[in-house]
Amino acid sequence: MTAENDGPLVLGIETSCDETGVGVVRGHALLADAVASSVDEHARFGGVVPEVASRAHLEAMVPTIERACERAGVALHEVDALAVTSGPGLAGALLVGVAAAKALAVGLGKPLYGVNHLAAHVAVDQLEHGPLPEPCIAMLVSGGHSSLLKVSDVTGGEAEQGVRPLGATIDDAAGEAFDKVARLLGLPFPGGPYIDRAARSGSSVYVDFPRGLTSQRDLQRHRFDFSFSGLKTAVARWVEAREAAGEPVPVEDVAASFQEAVCDVLTRKAVDAAASEGVEDILIGGGVAANSRLRALTEERAAARGIRVRVPRPGLCTDNGAMVAALGAEMVRRGRRPSALDLPADSSLPVTSVLV
Amino acid sequence: MLLAFDTATPAVTVALHDGERVVASHTQVDARRHGELLAPGITSVLDEAWVPREEVTAVAVGVGPGPFTGLRVGLVTARTLGLALGIPVYGVCTLDVLAAQAVDTGAVSGPFLVATDARRKEVYWAAYDEAGARLDGPHVDRPGDVATGAPVVGAGARLYPDAFGHAVGPEHPDARVLAEIVCGERAELLDPEPLYLRRPDVAAPGKPKRVS
Ligand SMILES: [Zn+2]
Repeated sequence: MTAENDGPLVLGIETSCDETGVGVVRGHALLADAVASSVDEHARFGGVVPEVASRAHLEAMVPTIERACERAGVALHEVDALAVTSGPGLAGALLVGVAAAKALAVGLGKPLYGVNHLAAHVAVDQLEHGPLPEPCIAMLVSGGHSSLLKVSDVTGGEAEQGVRPLGATIDDAAGEAFDKVARLLGLPFPGGPYIDRAARSGSSVYVDFPRGLTSQRDLQRHRFDFSFSGLKTAVARWVEAREAAGEPVPVEDVAASFQEAVCDVLTRKAVDAAASEGVEDILIGGGVAANSRLRALTEERAAARGIRVRVPRPGLCTDNGAMVAALGAEMVRRGRRPSALDLPADSSLPVTSVLV
Repeated sequence: MLLAFDTATPAVTVALHDGERVVASHTQVDARRHGELLAPGITSVLDEAWVPREEVTAVAVGVGPGPFTGLRVGLVTARTLGLALGIPVYGVCTLDVLAAQAVDTGAVSGPFLVATDARRKEVYWAAYDEAGARLDGPHVDRPGDVATGAPVVGAGARLYPDAFGHAVGPEHPDARVLAEIVCGERAELLDPEPLYLRRPDVAAPGKPKRVS
């Protein structure tokens, strides 16, 4: 057996938004990643409806656990530990996963680790690329979050110094901006993949959309923070002006120009963060990490500064249970103390709280 | 060995029944902490009765109606525990448990209503005969629309005295009674599916708002 094959067997549960994710890992080896999504039920509302998501989590929980165990070829009683996202996310949705994980812990008599969703987005990369480079800069971009973190210990460390926030969005998350702009352009929800596709045949310099928080003055206070709300408004104004003039809206060009504005700011700040912290690795996670332009531009700019970039494959970038299991396995491996059974679901869990 | 619990009201109530009697129980009332209180409540009844988890042979859970977030804590816990232990899970209407409590304690002697807090100025309610058999419901309505002078059991009666002048019996369900009516085969067993009675609050968006 290789070292990868005799690590702890951990089942992870993720329900912070609209994906019911259950993953099974052994050490750094991914054994199963089962995801049930309620995204289709939210599509006609243009965003995730919390109560609809919570109801779907309850219905999907047991079948998704069963599917994950079946794919992993393990029986539930064989797992060494349970891990669950305890925050941040939608309160009611988180609670379904946390309660399920506790029931497994009680029913199986195994330890439970309540972990931070953002750190799990970082830990998941171990399943694909092996041990994490620590320290690294993590750029986490999705419909729910946009953060730059410095990760020196993905389990948080004893003194909770392991994951340090450098910056975050001060208004909309990057993925939210994609959704809203997609709607303006008449593209379906979730907007990310549709904008990416449309942008491929458009010109990224067709419209010079604003780059939020990049002026000299903003950089003094918000060097590593993001703002996408002004960009979204600028796109809306531009589209409205076109429509008012009775002219057609060049969807591909607007999508490409918008996407370039988002990726320009994200990558510029991520590379700047790595350089200023003297860190040689950038790791990208979250649903927006699947964006082709974001990956390409980060790699181009990082390479120019001698910085490496790691991006898990798209299926591991979006929310899933494997990422939670991966972080749980790391908790076991590094000897962290399990959570108590009164573990809360915390919708605004700070990123510094990696283990609750 | 039956493990019973209910989280459809502010009470997080757990009991363990050995087939003859309740051997341990634990109840805490806190409308905002169902998710935190239930699992420790379960381990505390198992520990108190010195019963290893493998000896539990079935789970009974209150399926509401009740406020959604708390209700789901009980249901997902019951279903997942059932999966982990490989044992069956039975659902019981939470209002039926309150009705049995009222009948068993002699708080009612004729037909009566059970009403619990549905928030948003409404109650979940059902009508029962003198033996505690459900005749109508469960429903969700404004108290004024179901006002009655008959005895009304449950917290809903105390919350809306104008509509329900005759509040009697217990306010919240007790898992000891849930366990007893299931073991005594006096309960109508349901699938462990939540009785939400309301659709989620959602509105499809209109056209994007203009910004200029
Ligand atoms: Zn996420």
